Amino acid sequence: MMITIKYFGLLAEVTGCSSEKINFYGTTISDLKETLFQKHKVLKNKKFKVAQHNELNTDKTKVTSTEIALLPPFAGG
Amino acid sequence: MNRYNRHIILSEIGLEGQHKINMAKVLVVGAGGLGCPVLQYLAAAGIGTLGIIDFDIVSESNLQRQVLFGSSSLGINKAIAAKKRLEDLNTSITIHAYPKKLNYKNAISFFKEYDIIVDGTDNFKTRYLVSDACIINKKPLVYAGIYKFEGQVSVFNYNNGPSYRCLFPTPPRAEEIPNCSEIGVLGVLTGIIGSFQANEVIKIILNLGKILSGKVLYYNSLSHLFKLIKVSRSEKEIQKAIDSKPYFESLGEDLNYDVLSKLITIKEAITRKNTQWVDVRNENKNPTINHPKILQIPFNNLENNMDKLDANKEQIIFCQTGITSKKAISILQKNHFKDSFSLKNGALEVMNHFKKNNYEKP
Repeated sequence: MMITIKYFGLLAEVTGCSSEKINFYGTTISDLKETLFQKHKVLKNKKFKVAQHNELNTDKTKVTSTEIALLPPFAGG
Repeated sequence: MNRYNRHIILSEIGLEGQHKINMAKVLVVGAGGLGCPVLQYLAAAGIGTLGIIDFDIVSESNLQRQVLFGSSSLGINKAIAAKKRLEDLNTSITIHAYPKKLNYKNAISFFKEYDIIVDGTDNFKTRYLVSDACIINKKPLVYAGIYKFEGQVSVFNYNNGPSYRCLFPTPPRAEEIPNCSEIGVLGVLTGIIGSFQANEVIKIILNLGKILSGKVLYYNSLSHLFKLIKVSRSEKEIQKAIDSKPYFESLGEDLNYDVLSKLITIKEAITRKNTQWVDVRNENKNPTINHPKILQIPFNNLENNMDKLDANKEQIIFCQTGITSKKAISILQKNHFKDSFSLKNGALEVMNHFKKNNYEKP
């Protein structure tokens, strides 16, 4: 299915986009991460949380939304 | 009470609410981009006791966003300069300036004195320290972090809500995410996000509206995007921080922070390949463990024996109880041994494992 990925903070910078559409064939968040890692190797070394339906997910959660947000922690103050 | 008239005439606050504000004690960690607007609004609102911790001095590049300071503050400690400005803003409140670095030793005792802690720090090391000390002291933490044009805000440890570690259990490596001094930040953004924090502090004191607990707010100042993401409480992460209390109390001032994520059980430890096991017990060595693969380096001599450690291996460190080994991890990290782990429950676990496995591993 087509999924829109929204990148926050530093992740938008390293992937070069704040949002993009991808074709996703897997089932879980873990599968989705793998797909994204293949597309953007640089994500592999970044810490972030994955959210859909405005809720944080674990790797095992099933992907049910067509919009997924990748949220990194922010250091600045 | 003319000063607080505009609060008092709000039916949601009134005389009673303003009295609550006047009795409240709030500690702001970091008087920088976030800390300045927080402190400014909290002082103006009449928070009875305001604490400010910051070891840094005001420099010219701070003035673009740290609105409590002016040219006359340059070179002065931020906590002291902020106190001076805020005393002029509101003469009827008590302000304590702590011109020092927050560390494991002082965090616990500082936090005890206040009702609410505000995180205005600018690095992960201090953020995790603040978070853990808040969990241990059972203090609500009004958190925010910023990145260029974006910010995130949440209230942690509020009414059994989640903690910062439930959101991000372990800190990123320091080099992974740069801070404002390295990449820049929109000055106004710190004002917006800091004001969100001040707002949550007042709401907590007044028990007003919906507290931003169990949710993290993401805000992008360029796209006007507001996103509220639900965060669940993780008992496991919170317990880890609570369990670290004896470790907090045993720590010196400059030791490293990122050891909670470096705890390992014996089960996990033996599955790792390419490891070097080190027994760092000083004297009380009961049970004694003699094994060709276990290095004996008493903690007291650890720093002088770094050459015995193999940088290409992961170190599994153990001691009698699991406390000294955590301190050892800090020392190893300081000496650039990043892949080292502290064994939970110490030597007894190692011995039990040996007995079960006929002394074959590690």
